[in-house]
Amino acid sequence: MNYLFEPGFFSSSPVHIAVVVGAVSALVSGIVGVFTVMRGQSFAGHALTDVATTGGSGAFFFNFSPLVGFLGAGVLGASAMDLVGVERLRGRDIATGIVLGFATGLAALFLYLDATKNATTGVSQQILFGSIFTLDPTTIPLVVVMSVITLGVLTLIYRPLLLSSISPDLAAARGIRVRVVGVLFMLTLAVAVGLSSIAIGSVLSTALLIGPAATALRVTRNLRAALVVASVLGVVATWLGIVLAYDSFYWFPSSQGLPVSFFIVALIFLGYLLSGLPALRRRTSSPVAAEPTREPVGAAA
Amino acid sequence: MSDVAAVAPVLDVDHVSVSFGGRTILDQVSFAVHRGEFTGLIGANGTGKTTLLRSILGLQRLDGGEIRVEGESLSRHNHPLGYVPQKVLLDPDIPMRARDFVALGLDADRFGFSRRTPAQRARVEEILRDVDAERFADSRVGSLSGGEQQRVLIAHALVSEPALLLLDEPLANLDPKSVQEIVALLHRVASEHHVAVLLSAHEMNALLPVMDRIVYITNGRAASGTTDEVVRSEVLSALYGHHVDVLKLHGRVLVVAEPGQDDAEIPEHPTLTVN
Amino acid sequence: MFSSFMINAWLIGSIVAIVAGVVGFFVVMRGSAFAAHAIPNGAFAGAAGANLLGINPLVGLGVFSLAAALGIAKLSRRGRADAVTALALVMMLALGAAFLSQSTEYEPAIFSLLFGEILGVSTGQLWPVIALGVVCVVAVSVLYRPLLLTSIAPEVAAAKGLRPERLDVIFLVILACATTMTVPVVGALLIFTLMIGPPAAARCFSDRALVAMSLSVIIALLTIWGALACSYTTNWPVGFYVGSYSAASFVIGRLFLAWRRTHGSRRSRASAGAPERVLIGA
Repeated sequence: MNYLFEPGFFSSSPVHIAVVVGAVSALVSGIVGVFTVMRGQSFAGHALTDVATTGGSGAFFFNFSPLVGFLGAGVLGASAMDLVGVERLRGRDIATGIVLGFATGLAALFLYLDATKNATTGVSQQILFGSIFTLDPTTIPLVVVMSVITLGVLTLIYRPLLLSSISPDLAAARGIRVRVVGVLFMLTLAVAVGLSSIAIGSVLSTALLIGPAATALRVTRNLRAALVVASVLGVVATWLGIVLAYDSFYWFPSSQGLPVSFFIVALIFLGYLLSGLPALRRRTSSPVAAEPTREPVGAAA
Repeated sequence: MSDVAAVAPVLDVDHVSVSFGGRTILDQVSFAVHRGEFTGLIGANGTGKTTLLRSILGLQRLDGGEIRVEGESLSRHNHPLGYVPQKVLLDPDIPMRARDFVALGLDADRFGFSRRTPAQRARVEEILRDVDAERFADSRVGSLSGGEQQRVLIAHALVSEPALLLLDEPLANLDPKSVQEIVALLHRVASEHHVAVLLSAHEMNALLPVMDRIVYITNGRAASGTTDEVVRSEVLSALYGHHVDVLKLHGRVLVVAEPGQDDAEIPEHPTLTVN
Repeated sequence: MFSSFMINAWLIGSIVAIVAGVVGFFVVMRGSAFAAHAIPNGAFAGAAGANLLGINPLVGLGVFSLAAALGIAKLSRRGRADAVTALALVMMLALGAAFLSQSTEYEPAIFSLLFGEILGVSTGQLWPVIALGVVCVVAVSVLYRPLLLTSIAPEVAAAKGLRPERLDVIFLVILACATTMTVPVVGALLIFTLMIGPPAAARCFSDRALVAMSLSVIIALLTIWGALACSYTTNWPVGFYVGSYSAASFVIGRLFLAWRRTHGSRRSRASAGAPERVLIGA
């Protein structure tokens, strides 16, 4: 046991915070992520992480906690994207890319201003790549509350969400308010992105959102099973990442340690690759995936 | 109908067989097409038409037989072929006028930027006139309607004076009037430009007035000849493997299976690319 | 602003803009938005690694950009995104962060690699960068016509004897070269904007490909010059201005296009005789 856990691990209070926040974030991200992948909204998820970057940087500049920035920007961004109907736009890659480019530039400005104005160091590192060991303990209540609310909402809309994800027309015919469900889901997505940003940084948060979910969906076809697998994978990756990061302080003479987010992302990536092993892949009865004949790039994406 | 029996064929498909995915897609298909002839490749979806066209283009490996274009066996470097693919829908944001897209048909395989001679520009004008695309030649390709884009694609294929023009289901998404126009246009192209035209379709009636030859394909097997020779109960029944009746009514043809058998039994196959 | 100290910045900036305008023109045409995101991420990891090892950052940038490009070529067509590529993309960033964490200038290095720096290219790297830039521009020019046709109508190009798959790979390599030399100035997270903003805007102003590509270069130059000037004056990051001016040019372009489409003179289709055809099921 001592081999795995370096001295002081269990008694360290930043570790306690990290473990709790990390687990909660991974749990919510994993669950929301499964629905995101199922609904083919990975693009929106990715776009939201860029928005979160701006939010987190801006929050720091205006002296809010990064979590508030991540969440606030995420919610605003999600609402905007839903309003504009971004997923159905032709040429959406370009238009959203430009908007997000502007948002990223803005993030750069905020980070710069913060470094000079407040003379704080390590802001970029914190916002972009996570700071789970240096979290302010007062963020924990907000994390827990948002998680509970999000999971609660998901439980409430579980059936309508499921049906409208598989077949919006069928859902509408059954009297489900597909638009409302869609908006609610986008908001849960925003929260998930915010939480995973606080855990591993906004630039990397996609990994926690999509990684475990994509892995789970490769391994099982059953939705409930996928939800469980994704959550477990996310939490395990997060905890193991925390352990390894803590230990890594002792590995190098420079005594600087590797970032937690690096380990978490690496573990998630590894998990995804491992799920490709034949033994683990679910039996798919569908025939060989057929490549469509080449589409000219001009065709609607 | 052109008298070309003595002349060598532009396209000679010689007992071509293709299989993949464990299925036989094409089984000893043979036919020839001559300059100036309008040939229809008729068959329902999934019968192997696209595979056959891709084989002719050199994009599909053959498991048996040979394809010769202008007497020479296929190679990727010798391409006197024009090709109009199915369902090309271009993005209106692409910065290219129809005229320039047609001109690109002259020299897209050359390096560097284009320096077009007056003769080349005149040729482009001429082709645009021939396909009746002058009125929208200066608009963006992507802003044109499907039918207009198709004309531009045809012009693009024709501008380099190919010996053979291949079209993959050009009539599939057109309304009846447009179908008539395109068929007439292609017939004109075949005879006036002395080009061999081969197009695939799943319905032969629109083509009956102009088709010189028909290649009727089903289940990977084909029969070729004039419509009178091929579209007969005995020939088609042999192809299908069960009895079918051929009904001719008011200049239209209907191929009908016996009750109890139907075309749905002919299994579909997914279109796979082999690269 | 024009001291000898800054001359390099103007020179390099201009080359960066030219390359971004030329290569970006095809990035937009081919819809390679994903590749244009993924390769810079690889570049970031490479630069961070080079930083750690104490070797020339261009080497790190180049090797990892190329690896990313070839990886994409292998995994997907034209760089379309799916789970594994998205994860690999993020993994590159995480790797870069890990490399940087072991060096002493963690924070400033993160910032300049991700968001760019006016003097991102030192005098010693002037010639390699110029050389890379020339290679990119020459390659695109030589392959101009084949690239055009394979980007717009790959099936038609294939029938003509061109090889769209081969050109896809070649283009990704060109993109990797372009990324290598532009990331030090504009930043890994923002080079994407410079490569798609100006070309996307340029397309709105002209119906002709060569004109559009030239405009793309001009708009990119104006963007970089404006960004350099403003960044020098205010000390705010270059990347902020690049992102803003790229976005602005895109918006202006789209507005102009919208105006043109409603007010501009069009050939009179109605008078040509044949009315519009309605496609069934198109």
